[in-house]
Amino acid sequence: MALLTIHEPGQTPLPHEEERKLAVGIDLGTTNSVVAMSRDEKSEVLRNPDGGSAIVPSVVHYASDGTVTVGEAARDLIDSQASQVVSSVKRLMGRGLEDVKSVAGTLPYHVEIPDAPTGDDAASAGPQMVRLNVGNRVLTPVEVSADILRALKARAEAALEQDVDHAVITVPAYFDDAARTATKDAAKLAGIEVLRLVNEPTAAALAYGLDNGAEGLYAVYDLGGGTFDISLLKMQKGVFQVKSTGGDAALGGDDFDHAIVENILAARKADGIDDTIDASAAKRLLKVARAIKEALTARDQVDVAVDINDSETTHSITRAGFDAMIVKMVERTVSITEQVLDDADVLPEDIKGVVLVGGSTRVPAVRAAVASLFGQEPLSNIDPDEVVAVGAALQAEALTGGSDNLLLDVIPLSLGLETMGGIVEKVVDRNTPIPVAKGQEFTTYQDGQNAMMIHVVQGEREMVDQCRSLARFVLSGIPPMAAGAARIRVEFQVDADGLLTVSAREETTGIEQEVAVKPTYGINEIDMANMLRDSMVNARGDMELRLLTEARVEARRNILAVQAAMKADAELLDEGDKNTIAAAIAELEAAMQGDDRQIINDLAEALETASRPFAEKRMDRGIRRALAGQNVNSVRT
Amino acid sequence: MMNAASKNTDATGNGNKTCWSCKGPVDAVALFCDTCGAIQAPGQLDHFARFGIARDFNVDIDAIETQYLKQQQALHPDRFATKSAREKALSQQQAASLNDAFETLKNPVSRAVYMLRMAGVEPEGGEGQTVNDPALLMEAMEMREALDDAGDRAQIDAIIRDVRKTARDCENEVATAINGGAYDAARKLTTRLRYLLKMAQEARAKKARLAAA
Repeated sequence: MALLTIHEPGQTPLPHEEERKLAVGIDLGTTNSVVAMSRDEKSEVLRNPDGGSAIVPSVVHYASDGTVTVGEAARDLIDSQASQVVSSVKRLMGRGLEDVKSVAGTLPYHVEIPDAPTGDDAASAGPQMVRLNVGNRVLTPVEVSADILRALKARAEAALEQDVDHAVITVPAYFDDAARTATKDAAKLAGIEVLRLVNEPTAAALAYGLDNGAEGLYAVYDLGGGTFDISLLKMQKGVFQVKSTGGDAALGGDDFDHAIVENILAARKADGIDDTIDASAAKRLLKVARAIKEALTARDQVDVAVDINDSETTHSITRAGFDAMIVKMVERTVSITEQVLDDADVLPEDIKGVVLVGGSTRVPAVRAAVASLFGQEPLSNIDPDEVVAVGAALQAEALTGGSDNLLLDVIPLSLGLETMGGIVEKVVDRNTPIPVAKGQEFTTYQDGQNAMMIHVVQGEREMVDQCRSLARFVLSGIPPMAAGAARIRVEFQVDADGLLTVSAREETTGIEQEVAVKPTYGINEIDMANMLRDSMVNARGDMELRLLTEARVEARRNILAVQAAMKADAELLDEGDKNTIAAAIAELEAAMQGDDRQIINDLAEALETASRPFAEKRMDRGIRRALAGQNVNSVRT
Repeated sequence: MMNAASKNTDATGNGNKTCWSCKGPVDAVALFCDTCGAIQAPGQLDHFARFGIARDFNVDIDAIETQYLKQQQALHPDRFATKSAREKALSQQQAASLNDAFETLKNPVSRAVYMLRMAGVEPEGGEGQTVNDPALLMEAMEMREALDDAGDRAQIDAIIRDVRKTARDCENEVATAINGGAYDAARKLTTRLRYLLKMAQEARAKKARLAAA
């Protein structure tokens, strides 16, 4: 074995077999989910083993014996076992009871909210996420989503005949911080490490952009089962830049179904039939409505017979009639689109192409509205149900294997703090490119005030109660000072996944206090640990493996850095140094073949110690050169 | 690519610091270590130096954007998805500070505010702070009345054209004042520019509302 191998800086040798990540793209949809895999920038959706559909309905059945079924089989049980089936759970991700009151009545399962947390947890807790009562179990939306993700992971592993534990997962661009956190938590529960959360419209554009090598401004109009998103992207020189984005997290094709149901029930009521129906009938009627909606894409009229509560009625629904039922919703998407264009200071005619995403864009009235707004026929040559997963898979490949393309995304909703009088002070405006770090200074308003409440909100409205509350915490230990003398700096950091961390610090006295807050709309750490223990995932093993991988990555970086330095400043090395360092590297490399994280870390530290004299010589020479007025760079180049 | 991005450090004379990765000397404002290629923490680089351009109010936005995209290609966290935790964190800091630089220079008001602060001049307050320039208040009031009275798209279009032209002229005056070191005038003009751009935005919003109705 060679004692010393020297690599060019930046040219990392191939990772070990177990560290090479096989990553998939997952479109975790409200109604349907899809998983795809990309190799050599060719992305392909993964079908079930018998070569059937790529679509996995986002429906989960919880049997009394504890069996969990996901997908088509679960959807088939909606009629017969309504109280044990969960669908459209994405609408509840990161939601509190207040948020779901409007939709709760339309959901066939019971939604409840747990008691507020007490003690230490309460200080940093945001509002609590809703729970579902399904098949004698109490589940969070995160757990239900995790079950869907497990099914997708299993499908991918069956199709690829290999373990799959890394993924890019898509979320609606309009998803707020709570919903994003909840999505990441669900993946963690399912044993999937999220490489990146990518916005659905961005993924769709990626799917089209790479295929067509497009340059210019594009609009992505995404109307799914439960969410509407509109994004403007500028594509140039391999960079996909989100210019502005907007949408409605509670508007989609499901609402079209509900409109048809309401129409049918209203017609029955007009005939003197009671329009109150139970959960099971509601589910059946929704299924009928969905079939009507889909049929009206190709036909002008659909006739159905509805038999519920022991009374049968017949209904004739025309496309024009359906268009009238949904016109308000379609108009709402158009006005949101206009707002987004305006945010970017762009006119509809500046748009080079329009990409359609989501099954609901098959509705002719929707297509017509989009075509008329932009004055052009939208692109739809990639299946609108699959395009997001295809883009996610391309991004997963780019993140693991490297790519010349880059996605630059923005934050969809403004982030701010509550100030006096319940007014929101915006700290990060919507459509700001991420990652972003922004701070704001506040002060005390009372003499001797020793604590300050920090309340983080997300939204565009001016009053706190009209925005979503993400987190509340108290910065305490402020030294007694006159009112207005303290300088409290609150810093917001949003990472590339769109996830926020907030910290606060009192700066005048030099005494630093920092409180980092992760919004807790997802799941707190204790719940998470319990769920991981309860689930089949071996949490401890996962954690160990992750730490081991991280130790190896760090050790390899260390070796490469030292080797690069030895090559660059070889003349500073005497024979003794060289041998000591080479021996330390050899020992570390040997340890990296093993599975003991502690030994790897210890030997990495030993390498650092061994190369310290060499590093000091390099620094000394650097300083001497600087003193001599010589620029190190100019000497070298 | 990495080395290309580290070249524009514009020798600001900050000297060397120690590279956290290979422990050798590295330019204090370099994005990447010349020796080992490791990403560095953001240095004290002003926004103009970051893009390798002169400290001048008149900027070529397209040229800056090209530089911005080139640097994001190398610094963005997506490029570090499989790297160590420390490199991920540094890339996040670098990308965030690059975003801040581009966003600040892109908008003429934030660029003016930034340049005033660089010169040690505190700009007139943003929203919430009262402005006591009677001429500006009168101008703003007249614009608002005209916008309130405008009933159709053609009238609003005329207002938008008008405000845009006034804003462009004002921007030129800001440039002359800042570049010429007339900071007191620049402060007032910056406030005026802020008003004008806000008015243009409100006019566009009203037009969108009118179109949607």
